[in-house]
Amino acid sequence: MTVTVMSAGLLTTVQDLGRPGHAHLGVPRSGALDQPAHRLANRLVGNPATAATLETTVLGCAVRVDRAVTVAVAGAPCAVRVDGRPAAWAAPVRLPAGALLEVGAATRGVRSYVAFAGGIAAAPVLGSRSTDLLSGLGPAPLAPGDALPLGEPVGPAAGADVVPAPAPPDPLLLPVLFGPRDDWFTARSLAVLTGSGYRVSPTSNRIGLRLDGPPLERAREGELPSEGMVLGAVQVPPDGRPVVFLADHPTTGGYPVIGVVPAAALPAVAQAAPGTPVRFTPVGRR
Amino acid sequence: MRVLRVGLDALLVELDDADETMAFHAELQRRRAASQLPPVTEVVPAERTVLLDGVADPEALAAELADWHVPPLRATSDETVTIPVRYDGADVAEVAALWGVAEEEVARIHSATEFRVAFSGFAPGFGYLTGLPERYRVPRRAVPRPAVPTGAIALAGRYTGAYPRSSPGGWQLIGHTDAVLWDPSRERAALFSPGTRVRFVIEEA
Repeated sequence: MTVTVMSAGLLTTVQDLGRPGHAHLGVPRSGALDQPAHRLANRLVGNPATAATLETTVLGCAVRVDRAVTVAVAGAPCAVRVDGRPAAWAAPVRLPAGALLEVGAATRGVRSYVAFAGGIAAAPVLGSRSTDLLSGLGPAPLAPGDALPLGEPVGPAAGADVVPAPAPPDPLLLPVLFGPRDDWFTARSLAVLTGSGYRVSPTSNRIGLRLDGPPLERAREGELPSEGMVLGAVQVPPDGRPVVFLADHPTTGGYPVIGVVPAAALPAVAQAAPGTPVRFTPVGRR
Repeated sequence: MRVLRVGLDALLVELDDADETMAFHAELQRRRAASQLPPVTEVVPAERTVLLDGVADPEALAAELADWHVPPLRATSDETVTIPVRYDGADVAEVAALWGVAEEEVARIHSATEFRVAFSGFAPGFGYLTGLPERYRVPRRAVPRPAVPTGAIALAGRYTGAYPRSSPGGWQLIGHTDAVLWDPSRERAALFSPGTRVRFVIEEA
């Protein structure tokens, strides 16, 4: 069973729950940025959460299937069409053999997730099928003409009584635990981070949420030896503008981390479009 | 040793120097293998720190770490990875000048050194190897190369590294190897994982 890519939109990648446990070898964790949406799409077609879905970015994608298969689209709301006719969003949809599935541009948010019963069966690398944009592991970002294998469906497609469709974050509220290197910054900078307005930069990607806004000042000069980085780390490069590390972040880095955004707040980051106001809320010091 | 909290479920353990860091990492690995460490998702050694990520009870582990006695890193009979190298890198002459030796001495000095992988990063399978004496430290190139060839053996600061795949890079190139440094389909994806001992041997052209 094969899915053929007709259009890949702006950026469409294969994602699952990622490849944690290899950071010491320089391997990012990767995986779906909006994990609740990835899990929901899988659940709607009867897949386990570990099955690989397609993660689209802003413009959706279009694919053709060579056999009948059940699909579901979740995450950023968008128009779903099967052979040109409107179909349900966030619900199981049966595609006949040869059908064209069009996942439209996001009407709100950024990233939609397309699950196929059986999951995308690209070859796993270190236990994961995720595309890792930083280190090039996993399937390359999709391009027209690519053919992806599908796995065997394992369970019946599950319905859902209520499908939450969170509004896009506006503003994006990010709790931040200061540390481990907040002492590298002036007290004023800590106040600037949490007190002033930032906006999501259009240069944001799966590696990091980059922010436009006032630069943060260092309290000390010099270089920090490279050290291990966690998901959600708010790293401050020399230009002083914070970057929130997302799934494809490097596993070690040399710039100080002023604080960490807990993982529970990161799915909303996946749906924050460029220009979205961002507000950091201090929730303590670690 | 200083233990810093990182977010909700990680600890950053800061050590006094690189040797102490490698010793602490070796002790972590020993205790982890012996099931004497609570489950952690990631153990990431770096230059002067070890990150422990995905810790169920970081407060309890932080308290426990403070009481650890960490023996110094022993010159043990750990497995040694041997890497054949042709010392024909583009910067051999420059490195020889920085070291104040003849060009052919670069290969002799480098291949006579016993290295250990201190940590990884930068790219999958890229290891930072320590072992060269202090006097052989070299600066990075003023202008990084847009593409360093796969298998390039390079120097920067107190480290030797080998590029698992072509990438931009500012290190001084002294040679290359045909050894496959990174293959995720292999049981041991990275030849250079933290703690591994490495010997480079001269391969004649």
